[in-house]
Amino acid sequence: MSTPLTTDQLLHAYRVMRTIRAFEERLHVEFATGEIPGFVHLYAGEEASAAGVMAHLRDDDCIASNHRGHGHCIAKGVDVYGMMAEIYGKKTGVCQGKGGSMHIADFEKGMLGANGIVGAGAPLVVGAALAARLQGTDGVSVVFFGDGGSNEGAVFEAMNMASVWNLPCLFIAENNGYAEATASNWSVACDHIADRAAGFGMPGVTVDGFDFFAVHEAAGAAVERARAGEGPSLIEVKLTRYYGHFEGDAQTYRAPDEVKHYREHNDCLMQFRERTTRAGLVQASQLEQIDADVDALIEDAVRKAKSDPKPSPADLLSDVYVAYP
Amino acid sequence: MARKISYQQAINEALAQEMRRDPSVFIMGEDVAGGAGAPGDNDAWGGVLGVTKGLYHQFPGRVLDTPLSEIGYVGAAVGAATRGVRPVCELMFVDFAGCCLDQILNQAAKFRYMFGGKAQTPLVIRTMVGAGLRAAAQHSQMLTSLWTHIPGLKVVCPSSPYDAKGLLIQAIRDNDPVIFCEHKMLYSLQGDVPEESYAIPFGEANFLRDGKDVTLVSYGRTVNTALDAARSLAGRGIDCEVIDLRTTSPLDEDSILESVEKTGRLVVIDEANPRCSMATDISALVAQKAFASLKAPIEMVTAPHTPVPFSDALEDLYIPDAAKIEQAVLTVIEWSRR
Repeated sequence: MSTPLTTDQLLHAYRVMRTIRAFEERLHVEFATGEIPGFVHLYAGEEASAAGVMAHLRDDDCIASNHRGHGHCIAKGVDVYGMMAEIYGKKTGVCQGKGGSMHIADFEKGMLGANGIVGAGAPLVVGAALAARLQGTDGVSVVFFGDGGSNEGAVFEAMNMASVWNLPCLFIAENNGYAEATASNWSVACDHIADRAAGFGMPGVTVDGFDFFAVHEAAGAAVERARAGEGPSLIEVKLTRYYGHFEGDAQTYRAPDEVKHYREHNDCLMQFRERTTRAGLVQASQLEQIDADVDALIEDAVRKAKSDPKPSPADLLSDVYVAYP
Repeated sequence: MARKISYQQAINEALAQEMRRDPSVFIMGEDVAGGAGAPGDNDAWGGVLGVTKGLYHQFPGRVLDTPLSEIGYVGAAVGAATRGVRPVCELMFVDFAGCCLDQILNQAAKFRYMFGGKAQTPLVIRTMVGAGLRAAAQHSQMLTSLWTHIPGLKVVCPSSPYDAKGLLIQAIRDNDPVIFCEHKMLYSLQGDVPEESYAIPFGEANFLRDGKDVTLVSYGRTVNTALDAARSLAGRGIDCEVIDLRTTSPLDEDSILESVEKTGRLVVIDEANPRCSMATDISALVAQKAFASLKAPIEMVTAPHTPVPFSDALEDLYIPDAAKIEQAVLTVIEWSRR
């Protein structure tokens, strides 16, 4: 394993992935109690993708996410307690309880929003990249979509425009094998989503999404290319989700031991721990300290979120417009 | 200093003045310059009807032709608007919203509320609306009520060159997403327009004619038709008040109610299809809040519940005309409880 990452960067990457995992596994438990309203789509299993891409981004770079967005938000630096409170529908949430799980956004962190409409983020980041160009910055914009989103016309149009305008964009296709209950090896007509890059005049690669270092390397090259004014890239990240499309999905469309197999043989956190400690890049005790920190952080976030106030009746009518006579 | 220019020139002038004032304003859309990548003139069209002609050379790098990708470029305009620039995005015909409704309905309109008041999306979508150009069912619709129905959007329908300039300047300076509906049959309409920059506030209807007998309410092109009808009716001793809504969201409810409380009679003129329309919306408003003032049932003059037809023989029947408005006015004047 050759890696230019410093110990601090490695520990940060582990903390991000571990935070996402703990956040999602806790939500899985809490959702079953019936206390969390609405729809929740968990990112557990896919952590290396968010962490590997976001390791290259600054606060002034922006991302657009999708319905399975918690991991992207955490990796982009959105406050974990604010996210938890939002998912619980509380006034203290990052969107004051008016967005919920599918609409977590934090513009100051360059997080343009999770999105309930599949594929919709792709044109938005083309616009964000265009804005960066017009403002003369070297900001990069990244959209995360799934294998389902990869079949949306919005993504096709956005990829074409990003190439036509040679914009600093990354298109990250997180192929977890299923769009809802439909298999990507059926719904995606080509062998690899990355193959579609050629049709839009940009480079495309497929990487192992269980391997943080593979994602990190591919994203690093694409971000560097974008910042240098060389245009957009597509990265297909192949991974799996440990839970259903949404919480409550019985997942009868999956093979019986599918998730168990991935958890035991491919898990991104397991691989990261083994490789970094075996190579002596980090100490096991450092990772254990992060585990303890993260568990405390999530416990604290859930405890506060549960006891926080809900929005008040007046909040129903506020913030539809900046100004409306 | 006012001089006579066309509705089309007024829009072009508003764009030029705002782009000069604010370097973050830029234009994007299909052939807004016309000729991107082509061997000839790169400002060949200036929009399909020439409304943005000349801006490409005046503002280098700020008039952007896009591929024919309504989802892509309208979505890009929405995304750009959240990042500190002010796109004026042209959706050539409002009918093409069928391709990119998500970007307007679920993205631009929702961000501020859904993200807890943190987002600003200062986006203008200029779009051509209305029947009359023999453009048939997919290039002639008046979808104002569709936009007005959506919280988070502002909806503007100028009826004159003066309003087109002042309302577009306001739209560009506004910090919310604005659907700016330009009626294709008004582009050549001439009117007095000051050379200097001015903004007309949203949500303030314009009283174009004072009258005591009947209130005529409309927006867009049919404001002019209502004025024609009012002039004709004046010759028969019927005194019509004519109100131009200017914006349907926000809606100036007070001006409508104030006028109906004075006249006791209402005729709403709406070029759109009749169901769930501005006509029904305003009628409901008046029925609910000024019922006691009404001396007669409310009349609505609208297009029929059909697509816009192609043949001139049919399209002329489709569009509300002065004769239909006059007939509606006579109906409310002559109505009695018996």
